[in-house]
Amino acid sequence: MSSATPRIRVACEVNGRPVEAKVEPRAFLIDLLRDEFGLTSVKRSCDVQVCGACAVLLDGRPVSSCTLPAFEARGHSVLTAEGLADEPLGEALARAFAQHAAFQCGFCTPGLLLTAKALLDSAPAPTAEQVSECLEGNLCRCTGYKKIVEAVLAAAGRSAV
Amino acid sequence: MRPFTLHEPTSAAEASALLLERGEAARLYAGGTELLLAMKGGFLPCDHLVNVKTIPGMDAVALDGGALVIGAAATHTAIESAPIVRERFPLVAQVERRVANARVRNVGTLAGNLCFAEPHSDPAALLLLYDAEAVVEGASGERRISIADLQIAPYETALEPGEVMTAVRISPLPGGARAAYLKFGIHHRPTIGVGAMLRVAEGVVVEARLSLGSVPPVARRLPEAEALLLGERAEHLNAESSAVAEVADAAAAQADAVDDLHGSTEYKRHLVGVFVRRAIAQAAA
Ligand SMILES: Cc1cc2nc3c(=O)[nH]c(=O)nc-3n(C[C@H](O)[C@H](O)[C@H](O)COP(=O)(O)OP(=O)(O)OC[C@H]3O[C@@H](n4cnc5c(N)ncnc54)[C@H](O)[C@@H]3O)c2cc1C
Repeated sequence: MSSATPRIRVACEVNGRPVEAKVEPRAFLIDLLRDEFGLTSVKRSCDVQVCGACAVLLDGRPVSSCTLPAFEARGHSVLTAEGLADEPLGEALARAFAQHAAFQCGFCTPGLLLTAKALLDSAPAPTAEQVSECLEGNLCRCTGYKKIVEAVLAAAGRSAV
Repeated sequence: MRPFTLHEPTSAAEASALLLERGEAARLYAGGTELLLAMKGGFLPCDHLVNVKTIPGMDAVALDGGALVIGAAATHTAIESAPIVRERFPLVAQVERRVANARVRNVGTLAGNLCFAEPHSDPAALLLLYDAEAVVEGASGERRISIADLQIAPYETALEPGEVMTAVRISPLPGGARAAYLKFGIHHRPTIGVGAMLRVAEGVVVEARLSLGSVPPVARRLPEAEALLLGERAEHLNAESSAVAEVADAAAAQADAVDDLHGSTEYKRHLVGVFVRRAIAQAAA
């Protein structure tokens, strides 16, 4: 008997485009996105669902792609930071991050932008507290978070008070 | 991570049969937020993953004769955002909303949390305030396990080989009950979780439940401390009162605190005193 496990066909939507791939059951979503589709904004960092650098949106909700099997994307839509550029909100967030110096090394930024987008999709005018609470699970070792919160509020058309 | 085969059963009976057939080589898989970490780390050799999410109806969150029935595939996010949970079981919604981070809540399930029996669990401590049961299905049919009997040791539950948890049933708190749950942590998982439920009649506590999680090896009630609350006037139960201080001391004494990454036994006993006091005051307020 062969030790190989049967591959699984994954048909899903990535950044608005229908895509298809065959994956090993043990492949994680991050592997599919980076290695198969070349979406290198998805960063591997802690690898244990703590830091948020690998966050992508699955049907609009943040997930840790480092620990989510790739087969879970079957029939769903995935958004990475590359796809954010095509969305008005993504554009506004990226601009606000730049204007507020809300990143330094930038490693956590894709995950933060996506998580912020998910927040603004469900709560278009959040309070600073809501923003902090939502971004609580995304670690940034450069900025101290204040500028990130300000940037998200600015993208939502609110000023930080 | 070593390769595995994915199984996608369409009934609990089929999942159960798969587990029995494969023995230790097979594991149930819900969100995988615990299981896959353990597999990645090489702690849990597993050749077959049996997906509980492909079983129809497993993600339901519904009321059944007043009890809240949470299907084993319901995620923390689905639970905390369900209107029936927010309206009828607000404390459950509140606690589920603060489990882990948003990404883990979007994928991880309540059943997976309870079945993994990680000592640092919020729901394990919270649910001891309620009359709650795990509904499990195995080769010999369905049975219910009281939440208090579900976890028997760290990473060990009362489920028999081949048994699948299909739902968690939570009865409403009795009339006149007020409850609170507080957590505190310095890592991602809680260092301590304390629940307090007070049933008050004519201003006097007639029933009290205190639960403690993350500090002992398995979440537990604190019966000696609970007994001290009976007969107290609710209005006197504030964080500064001597009656509450006495309860907090009793709680700390019976906390069964263990040393771990989150701190020493001494530190944890101190936290128990502080958080039991606050939880009682919050429930009584
Ligand atoms: C970064 C991080 C932070 C966290 N913070 C918290 C926190 O603050 N508070 C807290 O309480 N928890 C916390 N957790 C734990 C989290 O709640 C659990 O990881 C999650 O709920 C597990 O659910 P799952 O569906 O992913 O389980 P899985 O990983 O799929 O399964 C876990 C275990 O349960 C078994 N299992 C799954 N479903 C069933 C079933 N239906 N019947 C029988 N057995 C089953 C599996 O075989 C496995 O052994 C945290 C986890 C992480 C990774």
